[in-house]
Amino acid sequence: MKRFIGFIKKEFYHIFRDKRSLFILFGMPIAQILLFGFAITNEINNVDIAILDHSKDATTKEIIAKIAASEYFSIKQIIEKESDIESIFKKGKVKAVLNFEKDFSKNLIKENKASIQIITDATDPNTANTISNFVNAILQKYQKQLNKKITIVYQIIPESRMIYNTELKSVYMFVPGVMTIILMLVSAMMTSISITREKELGTMEILLVSPLKPIQVIIGKVFPYIFLSIINAIVIVLLSIFIFKMPVQGSLFLLGLESVLFIISALALGILISTVSETQQTAMMISLMGLMLPVILLSGFIFPISSMPFPLQVISNIIPAKWFIIIIKAIMLKGVGLQFVWKETLILLGMTVFFIALSVKKYKIRLE
Amino acid sequence: MNNKVIQVEGLTKMFGDFAAVNAITFEVEKGEIFGFLGANGAGKTTAMKMLIGISIPTAGKANVAGFDVFTQAEEIKKNIGYMSQKFALYDDLTVKENIAFFGGIYGLPRKRIKEKSKALIEELGLEKVANKLVAALPLGWKQKLSFSVSIIHDPKIVFLDEPTGGVDPITRRQFWELIYKASHNGTTVFVTTHYMDEAEYCDRVSIMVDGKIEALDTPKKLKEQFNAANMNDVFLKLARG
Repeated sequence: MKRFIGFIKKEFYHIFRDKRSLFILFGMPIAQILLFGFAITNEINNVDIAILDHSKDATTKEIIAKIAASEYFSIKQIIEKESDIESIFKKGKVKAVLNFEKDFSKNLIKENKASIQIITDATDPNTANTISNFVNAILQKYQKQLNKKITIVYQIIPESRMIYNTELKSVYMFVPGVMTIILMLVSAMMTSISITREKELGTMEILLVSPLKPIQVIIGKVFPYIFLSIINAIVIVLLSIFIFKMPVQGSLFLLGLESVLFIISALALGILISTVSETQQTAMMISLMGLMLPVILLSGFIFPISSMPFPLQVISNIIPAKWFIIIIKAIMLKGVGLQFVWKETLILLGMTVFFIALSVKKYKIRLE
Repeated sequence: MNNKVIQVEGLTKMFGDFAAVNAITFEVEKGEIFGFLGANGAGKTTAMKMLIGISIPTAGKANVAGFDVFTQAEEIKKNIGYMSQKFALYDDLTVKENIAFFGGIYGLPRKRIKEKSKALIEELGLEKVANKLVAALPLGWKQKLSFSVSIIHDPKIVFLDEPTGGVDPITRRQFWELIYKASHNGTTVFVTTHYMDEAEYCDRVSIMVDGKIEALDTPKKLKEQFNAANMNDVFLKLARG
């Protein structure tokens, strides 16, 4: 046991004396969470738009006032003719133009319909979509107000409600994803690099010739990273609670246990990578290409799995991160307990056992 | 009491059809400095790996420090020291931390580590850099430190795999003084080397060619046997067949 403590102490020296490791361990999680939280977002806020009002009557003025009052839009410019639309987009001054037809009020009263053209700059399709949805929502609300005065006998009013993330804050979606990436990075990449480093330096040989058992060497190498990964998970959760006011609905204890399970599966992958790579560079490349890319692209973190082509959907099933993201999203946002995520947990557990078994086997082969 | 600390009989390691080590047989006495010579690829390192318990032999018998390499590798590891070709201390640990770490993994009590550390630092004249990172030391110092660390637990045998690669003649001389001292204190030294002048420092040397031991005797007798002026000539005559 004392040997083991000495070993772990040494691992911490390695980590704390290497600026690069320190940065990856502590700088990256915080930077990523803040980046995803503040910069990369699907929400819109004070988007600049222009108005082209051909009728300039009471109704259009009312609608324009409503749009101007919303926090989503700010009216940057009032233009006078159709030909200005293109030039204003080209200058990049606005993201959208609202084009009210001539005689808007009159048409509305006489023919019961009037039209507005919403022209959006779709060079950024997500924003364009969101803008047009938001304008539509404002218009519908206004329409409802008008209809109160008049009675229409039959009408279907769809009322959509978003639950679990009522404010549609994208940071809520990113936190589970970022947490997954960070844990994967710290656990798998850092361990694989730290083990191959000993191989590269020749110290691994010395350790294997010492009375330390191979399994002790491996546990000694991964233990600090389990510890640091847990700290990272805690930091990420705290940041999301206190900076982004993200409500963590479910049990923190369950969240912790699931995270440890995921960390262990990532560590096993890290050990596996270190058994096949001879140098730190190789280990890093394999970790980045083989682990990080699938985690980012196929785990459902950024791109929804349900809209992927079928083969990719099948492949996504073998990525532990996919299951972990499902689990922690459910725990954090829906506040569910184990009874709702036991299936995913079992899959993750199965994968973890498989990776551990595989890495132990590989490791033994290397020792002959 | 048996004075043979290494007994090897017909030890063989096959990689597929290729015999990296082909039925070698030799014995090493307690306190002896045993030179294990051979060209690159002759099988020296493979043979040594079998003796230190990190490679399982294909056939033959070997007994190291009284333990069988097939069944008692763990016991062997407790009783030997090992220094590899690559310089193998941790660059990002200080001299003292390295000593403490390696003392620790060999299970030395804390007090003993402290005493050893102090004695070792004094002996090597490292007082001024004891708290500096090993990365800052010149290669020769690192190698001497590395050797001292490999015998920190007073092993019965120390295995040195080309320990003096890349250092200047003066440092090599000093390094050999450390080896003599260890041998004088009763530690058996098993050393592989490329430098034929170092072979002259050994009590006995064996020369491996293509997986087989082609010659084994004291340097003096080998020179007589091959009618050579120095070990270099002996080696060349053997290697050319």
